Amino acid sequence: MDIYIVGQQLVNGLVLGSTYGLIAVGYTMVYGIIGMINFAHGEIYMISAYLTAIFLALASYFGLQSVPVVLLLVLFATVFLTALYGWSVEQIAYRPLRHSNRLAPLISAIGISLILQNYIRISQGARNQGVPPVLDGVWRIPSSAIDQHFIQITYLQSLIVVTALASMALLTWIIHRTALGRACRATQQDRIMANLLGVDTDRIISVVFVMGAAMAAVAGMLVTLNYGSFDFYIGFLMGIKAFTAAVLGGIGSLPGAMLGGVVLGLAESFFAGFVNSDYKDVFAFSLLILFLIFRPSGFLGVPEVEKV
Amino acid sequence: MSESRSASAVTPEPLLRVHEICAGYGAIEALHGISLQVQSGEIVALIGANGAGKSSLLMSICANPPARKGKIFFAGQDITVLATHQIARLGVAHVPEGRRVFTYMTVAENLAMGLMALPEQANHGLLQAGGGADPEQIYHLFPRLRERAQQRAGTLSGGEQQMLAIGRALMSRPRLLLLDEPSLGLAPQIMGRIFATLRDIVKEGTTIFLVEQNANQALQLADRAYVLVNGRITLSGTGKELLASPEIRKAYLGGH
Repeated sequence: MDIYIVGQQLVNGLVLGSTYGLIAVGYTMVYGIIGMINFAHGEIYMISAYLTAIFLALASYFGLQSVPVVLLLVLFATVFLTALYGWSVEQIAYRPLRHSNRLAPLISAIGISLILQNYIRISQGARNQGVPPVLDGVWRIPSSAIDQHFIQITYLQSLIVVTALASMALLTWIIHRTALGRACRATQQDRIMANLLGVDTDRIISVVFVMGAAMAAVAGMLVTLNYGSFDFYIGFLMGIKAFTAAVLGGIGSLPGAMLGGVVLGLAESFFAGFVNSDYKDVFAFSLLILFLIFRPSGFLGVPEVEKV
Repeated sequence: MSESRSASAVTPEPLLRVHEICAGYGAIEALHGISLQVQSGEIVALIGANGAGKSSLLMSICANPPARKGKIFFAGQDITVLATHQIARLGVAHVPEGRRVFTYMTVAENLAMGLMALPEQANHGLLQAGGGADPEQIYHLFPRLRERAQQRAGTLSGGEQQMLAIGRALMSRPRLLLLDEPSLGLAPQIMGRIFATLRDIVKEGTTIFLVEQNANQALQLADRAYVLVNGRITLSGTGKELLASPEIRKAYLGGH
């Protein structure tokens, strides 16, 4: 086995896995706090791809040249607007169903997912859209390589991994070190008690949707820059993949989602590299099924047993 | 023995005034027109058998679920119209049935959650790393919690969890402390310590309204008490009066 091919798949897997992790965080946080799988989360990711393209176009319209400035502006604008979508979805589709049957918000999520897909299809067209390359350039290891004996890392791939790590570090810091994060964790563990202590739990639930959408937006922007093309349907596959990552890591667990993302990315990339690239999705979903059967609490999830 | 509201009729606006409230869950009504009051600085007990509606009353004061009929006033303000978290921010702290400590958080984090009721924390301080008040006084009241500060609350014993739940409620220096069965499941020694602590807490300016099945302990501690039977107040009086009452002795104080 060629060490360079292994190394290359490792790089590809990490890049893919960090985007899965970013999106999986949204599933796992929402599940943790209201016990529901937000099936519209993939669509939030898809919308962020369109927003990225729109803001990139705006940046070039206003003649912005500096790549770091453009990327930062597009990042903030995309994250902000995507978070607004996440917030609105919660307000419109889930909050009115807060005290109803457990199945109702799930159906509502599927409805919102269809609505968002078709809203984009109608407003942006059904065809593939694209963005021009913003950041070119590659590193080769070793740099003096001849033939195929090197590992290639594009600038964008490293940007993806670094940005994903930074976003997750920021999120982890918020959740574990701030009063807001403490309120989120408290609401997740015992919503009634958090409420009795003065936490506005409805607001905390909104905040969780906003944070999940913001993370998905980071992923949406990075993937869009990396692949250059997207359509209104990309949220579906990406959504289920990220959901798989969340289950692998242990749904409800924040570090689990990140870990699950990286593991799924690596598994998929190695399967594609060494077994068969046509069946990589089948492989990913087989993992999902195996985990659901044999280890539903994932790597880091806690089975729901602990009661006082 | 006196009728429900003869003694305190001329006193100023009580800290807590519950006026003919009805409340319940779903189709079941647990409280049928309860009226009572708690004056500032008092310890008032509500005693009654299992299922009489004691916990429901405490939860209704916190609007969870809200009263269907009647009104509740806190320091003269109608709180029947407020949401649970808003009531907490007025200075009503609740130590609910089952303690409900956050088992996955450390003791220190649980105490920090008690600060959420402070308006400044709720509005501006959410991204602050630390948070305002000092848990030092709580550790002073319950030295056991200091030893366990960095331990997960789920690993504490029942008595320690009870201390933690009371400590958490006291973090915001509430004006009114609602206590649901503080003695439940505790060894007599620990129970005695907690009841002694409650007396100290009142001296610090917090008013206590507690619910107890353990009528003996509760009546010894309380200035006044109400007796709740099947969602209705049947008796009220000072702790001493009720302790001496033959009916109470028979029904609640081990007249077996």
